[in-house]
Amino acid sequence: MSDKKKDKMKKIVNRAVRKNIWKDRVFEALVIFFSLLSIVPLIFILSYIFAKGFPKLFIPEFWVGIPPAGQSKTAIEAVGMNVGGIANGIIGTFLIVFMGGLIAVPFGVLTGVYLAENRQSKIANAIHVAVDMIQGIPSIIFGIFVNIWWVTTMKGGYSAIAGSVSLALMMLPIVIKSTEETMILIPDSLKEAAMALGTPYYKVLLRIVIPAGLSGIVTGVLVGLTRIAGETAPLLFTAFGNPNINVNVTEPMETLPTLIYNNARSASPNLIENAWGASAALVIIVLVLNIFTKVVVNKWKVKF
Amino acid sequence: MESKILEIIGLNAYYGDHLVLKNINMAFSEKKATAIMGPSGCGKSTLIRTLNRMHEMNPGARVEGEILLHGENILTINPIMLRRKIGMVFQRPNPFPTMSIYDNVIAGYKLNSVNLSKLEKDQIVEKSLKSSALWGEVKDLLHRRGTFLSGGQQQRLCIARALAMNPDVLLLDEPTSALDPKATMHIEELIVELKKEVTTILVTHNIAQAGRVADYTAFMYLGELVEFGTTEKLFTVPSDKRTEEYLSGKFG
Ligand SMILES: Nc1ncnc2c1ncn2[C@@H]1O[C@H](COP(=O)(O)OP(=O)(O)OP(=O)(O)O)[C@@H](O)[C@H]1O
Ligand SMILES: [Mg+2]
Repeated sequence: MSDKKKDKMKKIVNRAVRKNIWKDRVFEALVIFFSLLSIVPLIFILSYIFAKGFPKLFIPEFWVGIPPAGQSKTAIEAVGMNVGGIANGIIGTFLIVFMGGLIAVPFGVLTGVYLAENRQSKIANAIHVAVDMIQGIPSIIFGIFVNIWWVTTMKGGYSAIAGSVSLALMMLPIVIKSTEETMILIPDSLKEAAMALGTPYYKVLLRIVIPAGLSGIVTGVLVGLTRIAGETAPLLFTAFGNPNINVNVTEPMETLPTLIYNNARSASPNLIENAWGASAALVIIVLVLNIFTKVVVNKWKVKF
Repeated sequence: MESKILEIIGLNAYYGDHLVLKNINMAFSEKKATAIMGPSGCGKSTLIRTLNRMHEMNPGARVEGEILLHGENILTINPIMLRRKIGMVFQRPNPFPTMSIYDNVIAGYKLNSVNLSKLEKDQIVEKSLKSSALWGEVKDLLHRRGTFLSGGQQQRLCIARALAMNPDVLLLDEPTSALDPKATMHIEELIVELKKEVTTILVTHNIAQAGRVADYTAFMYLGELVEFGTTEKLFTVPSDKRTEEYLSGKFG
């Protein structure tokens, strides 16, 4: 190539490179723009909820009382607003979510271990398909299903335990998948080490494999609990709601989501105010669960 | 002649249809170290894994023939019972990551729910760690995780874990291939020392290592036992041409 030709080549390349650099900048700007755009609704939602509900979180009565009876505008003008509390919803949420976890965890963990241990089997494949399908089912269907099967047909009636069952069904795929994914990562060498010591298979699973993957399992459980803590639809058909504090799990029970749903729909301004406070409380509870999950994930990691 | 603790008669081993051990016949002398050598893929690991019946855990894997431990066919003993008599140490150190050093050593008892008094446990831990030449280094760290140790220390911890069960036979599958020369030397000295207590069967790629620690050496090639005899004889006057070629580094 002559020098002239070389110069020409260089110019062409330079121009192309410059154009690419320019495109690169535009692309980066677009990425940043859309990322920011997508958090705008989040900021709006959170700021609105907190503006409306946050002040109530500092009223002690709000944590121990129950929602007030509905009052009309004129009555409020006469005696003032009574926001009441959300204790029935908080107690119910913790009870129902806890029982849901209690149901989902043993089934979920054992299924996850089974899937990881029998990767090739036909049953495992069938379970995989089923788990994916359960995960794709809209949550309201679980509510209707438990309603038809338990509440109505088996005459269980609306109850907290029915709510827990519907939430457990939702939580199940999350626990199964996280358990399976963790178990697959556990090196076979650990299992072999335990086997070579003459350990029965079930002990190898219970004492070596599951403890080694505990952080992953716990993470899955916490993610699942967080996921069901804010769930409303299935509870409307199962736990139903209850304006009073109730700890009998065979009776209808209020939860924060159903409390928000029921109160926000009412015409009474003080019930609507109550729902705002409950929303702020629910967001905070879920947020704390989320942060707690992250901390646990980082703290409990087992190295091999 | 010494008494034979373990005898292999007409052993074939398969992975599915793939025959990887072809009519192996050999006997291991009690409280001696036997080295098994051969090029990669010749079936060394498979052979020692048949001895504690870990081979059969692979899907589709099976064996034919007889393996006699003290004259009793191990293929008819419950694998769980058998593995308490025949311990194994693997190529990569694999202490249990969720357990302390102390618990790792007595893991064989804990995992089988054998109830021991604190004193018994302390004694087993101390004795096993002393036998595996690790006691001095870890006696003040017994309640820390085993995974904090160096690779060589982890491997000696795994040896202690196997020794704690008082096995008759200790299988070692390339126990030093993941270790540095110093750690390797430690393990080799340990194997020599262990001959007082147990029969050791050692798979190794390191010819010099076999020369240093083994009383007997076996040479395998493509699933066959080519030659088996005292290390001295095999190293100085090998009777098979393939053994000679292997020892002179022509393959493997
Ligand atoms: N899990 C398995 N499934 C199928 N075939 C296997 C399996 N493990 C080993 N093999 C085959 O069995 C033969 C013997 O393998 P083995 O691991 O016993 O060899 P080795 O002598 O220990 O080799 P290396 O020195 O590389 O460890 C090889 O041909 C190998 O491909
Ligand atoms: Mg091998």
